[in-house]
Amino acid sequence: MKKITSITGKALPIQGNDIDTDRVIPARYMKSVTFSGLGAYAFYDERYEEGGKPKEHPMNSSRYKGASIMVVNKNFGCGSSREHAPQALRDFGISALIGESFAEIFAGNCTALGMPTVTVSEEAAGELQKRVSENPGEMIEIDLESMIIRTGDYQTEASMPETYRRAMLDGSWDSTSLLLQAKDEIEKVESSLHYSFQ
Amino acid sequence: MAKTLLDKVWEHHLVRTLPSGQDQLLIGLHLIHEVTSPQAFDMLRTMGLGVKFPERTFATVDHIVPTKDQQRPFQDELAEKMMAELEKNTDEFGITFFNLQSGRQGIVHIVGPEMGLTQPGMTIACGDSHTSTHGAFGSIAFGIGTSQIRDILASGTMAISKPKIRRIRIDGKLSPGVYAKDIILRIIRDLGVKGGLGYAYEYAGEAIEALSMEERMTICNMSIEGGARFGYVNPDSTTFEYIKGRPYAPKDFSEAVQRWQSYASDPDATYNDEYHIDGAGISPMVTWGINPGQALEVDRPLPDPGSMSRDEREVAVRAYDHMGFSPGEAIKGTPIDVAFLGSCTNGRISDLREAAAIVKGRKIASKVRGMVVPGSMNIARQAEAEGLDRIFTQAGFEWRGAGCSMCLAMNPDKLRGREISASSSNRNFIGRQGSPSGRTLLMSPAMVAAAALAGQVVDIREYL
Repeated sequence: MKKITSITGKALPIQGNDIDTDRVIPARYMKSVTFSGLGAYAFYDERYEEGGKPKEHPMNSSRYKGASIMVVNKNFGCGSSREHAPQALRDFGISALIGESFAEIFAGNCTALGMPTVTVSEEAAGELQKRVSENPGEMIEIDLESMIIRTGDYQTEASMPETYRRAMLDGSWDSTSLLLQAKDEIEKVESSLHYSFQ
Repeated sequence: MAKTLLDKVWEHHLVRTLPSGQDQLLIGLHLIHEVTSPQAFDMLRTMGLGVKFPERTFATVDHIVPTKDQQRPFQDELAEKMMAELEKNTDEFGITFFNLQSGRQGIVHIVGPEMGLTQPGMTIACGDSHTSTHGAFGSIAFGIGTSQIRDILASGTMAISKPKIRRIRIDGKLSPGVYAKDIILRIIRDLGVKGGLGYAYEYAGEAIEALSMEERMTICNMSIEGGARFGYVNPDSTTFEYIKGRPYAPKDFSEAVQRWQSYASDPDATYNDEYHIDGAGISPMVTWGINPGQALEVDRPLPDPGSMSRDEREVAVRAYDHMGFSPGEAIKGTPIDVAFLGSCTNGRISDLREAAAIVKGRKIASKVRGMVVPGSMNIARQAEAEGLDRIFTQAGFEWRGAGCSMCLAMNPDKLRGREISASSSNRNFIGRQGSPSGRTLLMSPAMVAAAALAGQVVDIREYL
């Protein structure tokens, strides 16, 4: 189990509240039995005209090339539970998100992939987005132990559900083997259920 | 101590608390479909693991199924590949699959209840955010991602934190022309699309108790559109009556009913939050924007972004830009190009009956492309036995096979270009119905039917 204590990298801003997972990855690109190669379709309809011509978008801009942190606003990842959304961002190169708030299923999916979703105040999100767009090469560090985000001479407090933070720090975000350890308890609870489908 | 249904069901399925502080929760019923499960089965194979409780796992195919020509192999090679993968996985791991030959195929959230799989007091998970639908039966049901599907397949459990709980009471009687869809659109409009973050919604009150199971499902279905991952209604005689006689209903039915009653929230249970709406004050609703919270009473003018909070204003400006509408305009009278009746929200038999009653003996506007997609094969057969299919086709609608269809357009059913759709589905997100520039107006099935006749958004109360 890989422990994740901090993430450092360049960032790219995606502005707007209530960005749903249909926008992160349109449903037509989920017609696949694997997750591989989804990065090419991340935010597809916002990055490309219907004819395929690239639009002006942070993810198409060479300024943000190599970014591994995405800075977003409120309720990011709402709507569909599709894990294709964080998988597409990860395939694009994103390994953590900073935002004002995240939709619940999306944040859970990110956690299961070892992609921290940390929240900051509205002011801090605005400040980080501004700094990133003015100076895209600047590195951002998300320190999950101290829950501080640092970039250049700026730093801000961050938060995330304590359960998710601990799962990152102790590596239990990679949950399957941990869950399987409770074999006897699982069987005990299962046999206590009053329902079956025979 | 007095407990809510959430407390009781959670306690009963709790395996242990993990070192992270999350709970390891046993999932008593795991529903899977073709889009979000194949990667999970691959992960299992890579890890050398099997399926812990195949007898608690059921599959159907819904998202990618063509609704016109269902001959195998499907014309769409990618859809065929996904179908074949689900056949392989369910076969290899001994999972019951309601496939096209079973006569029981349909949208996963319609199939579970109609087969009698969905019952009070269960934990139910599915790789689909509308799993909250099953909460209508007094179960704790929620959407998950593929890594969590893997965990449930492998261990029968997953890591999750117990949500807070908000009781939403709808008292009084609904007015004519007001349906379950209007109740949930009103709730989401009032509380916002992120109002439910971290919460389970318990729907209660006189108006909720008076609803049929199908109507309760419509409400619980869209909990996630208000940000709440879970939504439920306490089980009562309406619930038990619905389950009775269904294929997977418990054999010891009266014993089961007694147990089910015990799961209902205690009268003196406490809630983290409460919200109240007077049922008599709810009007027919329609969405005008790009999320389900951007909804308004059909007879009201479109809202002014200037009077909104900063957060709402930013999304409203984007919505007006996408929709091509202007503040102050009436939504009533907006011309439509497509009328879509179906989805896990409103693709059940009562929805089709309501819509058919409106279009019976009439014709839809000549420029409108109308499509009726029953939620399951069972519903299709029932509708055909009642002659609803002929009512729809004589009115000019297409009568299709069961599936998710144009709710999310993973099959050939899509909007074209800037078309505007009057839709009984659940999401009006940009691009949701298959065209990046397409536009969706969410409303009740009766309103969709009436809009199809008029070729524009109407107030259903003028048609009753």
